[in-house]
Amino acid sequence: MELYEFQAKQLLAQYGVATPEGRVAVTPEEVERAVKDFGGRTVFLKAQIHAGDRAKAGGVRPAGSPAAAKLAASELLGRKLVTKQTGPEGHLVKRLLVEAAVEGGQEFYLAAMVEPFSGSIMFLGGAGGIDIEERAAKDSSLLERVHLGISGEKKTGDIAAFCERMGPKDHSAKLKPIVDRIHKAFIELDATLIEINPLVLTKSGDFIALDAKIILDDNALFRHPDLAELREMDEIDEIELKAQRSQINFVRLDGDIGVVVNGAGLGLATLDLLHAAGGKPANFMDIRTTAKSLDIANGIGLVLDNPKVKVLFVNVFGGGMQPCDTIIEGLGIALRRKGRVLPMVLRVTGNNEDIAKVRLESFGLPKIHSTDMWQAAQRAVAVAQGKAQ
Amino acid sequence: MSILIDANTRVISQGMTGFAGSYHTYRMMQYGTKIVAGVTPGKGGKEHLDVPVFDTVAEAKSTTKANASIIFVPPVSAANAMIEAIEAEMPLIVTVTERIPVLDMVRVREMLVGSKTRLVGPNSQGVLAPDVCQIGVMATDRSRRGSIGVVSRSASLTSEVVAQLTAAGLGQSTSIGIGGDAVHGIGFVECIKLFFDDPATEGIVLIGEIGGNEEEQAADFLRSAGMKKPVVALIAGKHAPAARRMGHAGTLTMHSTGTADSKIDDLKKAGVAIASSSHLVGATMREILKESAA
Repeated sequence: MELYEFQAKQLLAQYGVATPEGRVAVTPEEVERAVKDFGGRTVFLKAQIHAGDRAKAGGVRPAGSPAAAKLAASELLGRKLVTKQTGPEGHLVKRLLVEAAVEGGQEFYLAAMVEPFSGSIMFLGGAGGIDIEERAAKDSSLLERVHLGISGEKKTGDIAAFCERMGPKDHSAKLKPIVDRIHKAFIELDATLIEINPLVLTKSGDFIALDAKIILDDNALFRHPDLAELREMDEIDEIELKAQRSQINFVRLDGDIGVVVNGAGLGLATLDLLHAAGGKPANFMDIRTTAKSLDIANGIGLVLDNPKVKVLFVNVFGGGMQPCDTIIEGLGIALRRKGRVLPMVLRVTGNNEDIAKVRLESFGLPKIHSTDMWQAAQRAVAVAQGKAQ
Repeated sequence: MSILIDANTRVISQGMTGFAGSYHTYRMMQYGTKIVAGVTPGKGGKEHLDVPVFDTVAEAKSTTKANASIIFVPPVSAANAMIEAIEAEMPLIVTVTERIPVLDMVRVREMLVGSKTRLVGPNSQGVLAPDVCQIGVMATDRSRRGSIGVVSRSASLTSEVVAQLTAAGLGQSTSIGIGGDAVHGIGFVECIKLFFDDPATEGIVLIGEIGGNEEEQAADFLRSAGMKKPVVALIAGKHAPAARRMGHAGTLTMHSTGTADSKIDDLKKAGVAIASSSHLVGATMREILKESAA
């Protein structure tokens, strides 16, 4: 679960990481008032969306007076902001973070994330600036790193040496407590990413987090009911959220072949097969092993709700936890509920394949097209293209 | 023979008395796996599925001489169940539970350092040595005993690939699900090492996908250690939208992780044969074995 910048900064401030003086506003009038309360100082208005690269897209604007801030706010609020990370449809700006301008200084990048190979919390840090993330992705040596543990000193890397290497001349001693605080926040919040970019070293020698991003671990929200509530304000896709509630991972795509698959790996492979056959999937689906037939019916219902879908491609390999017949039962229920008549290509094999065949018949559904998924995928693509029925 | 498990493996089931635990423990017993005990705190002294239930792993292990444990404990306490088994020096742990908080797994990994335990999972379908021993929740009807080692990040694709191998006349020595989570126990490299050392394994199938860096690590290892046995790989997710989590937590693109194409490229350079499509893994392995026999 990704937090908004203002939420991330509030949390970081609670852990003692300095952030600019700021306030959230939802109307131009609130923005104007905030600027007056800040004593008429120069402010920055920052669009609160779950995507980066806002500045280049005009989503971060300076304003020198309350009136100028009000005007800028009216241009941002209620509009869709398109950045490199939002996709062409953009994200609706519902809130602005009004922040007092901070005196400029040296910029750093500092991030903590879970590093899978070592199974540790890895900090990356170094001189910041424009596009540091992109540059570091191409050349990881641009950033320093240190691996930290959770339980006890001896499993923790040398933070002081890391701060030294990060290179804030004469100020690395001031950086260490910030790394310590982020480390503590990371563990206590069950974060998977805390990223500060830029972290500014002001001329007076203080570090301030100018922008911040926090991603929390969805699987750990059960122990953070307070943080889970922040999701209410989330921009998460409503359809994908509905699917999640039914134990199904679902991602909307823009093709015309509705996809029903059990398992994440098989789901990825199914997208690849459809593309290889020249088709375009309308969704990614991974029916988790914990889904029951009614959950599956809900998930398939979401596929049937998509008017672009011309054909349903069911690619199921029945496993030990979720046999074929459970999924066919879900399919039958979904089709009866929605009453939508749609061509279907079924590839169903594995555990309880024979029972699934009986279920298909009792629901009046088509027979299994093939137990070979490539043949079935080609057929689904042909149907979508009107070359077969 | 097989790797990690064999006919003498004695298994305890942590969380056996729950619904899923009962069902899958029973299935393993039917398959012939030596399930010697269950562990559920507070239910010690009882019997379930005709085996004794203990309060702790340590007790179960010392009483029954178990050398492996399968964990069905829910996410909220799964890490503690693993840590308990590590502290009891259980040689092998297989964790089926999915959706365990990632920092809990960081904690478990810290416990594993210097321990006597190998962990498979979490979010794993388990380990299967066909006709010999099943520690896991996978379907078993398509698998046959044979000489191909399978190691995978995906349960559903493992079922698919095992069925293809069997249809191609290739049985399996062992199939292992390393799990779909980012932070997990043993990975591709350790499994490849074990398969290289296993006289019963003649060829290896790697089932990888986008995200993480298991495939890159495997390529690095194979480049330096050499291809002692033929390796075929399938990488799923060429057409997955970027920066989206596709079911497996491990597929979330993180720093310094490759795309499907870069993983394929890496593995190819190391000498791995890439199955050009997910339906061709069995056929690719058959071809490679023919070539290496010629």
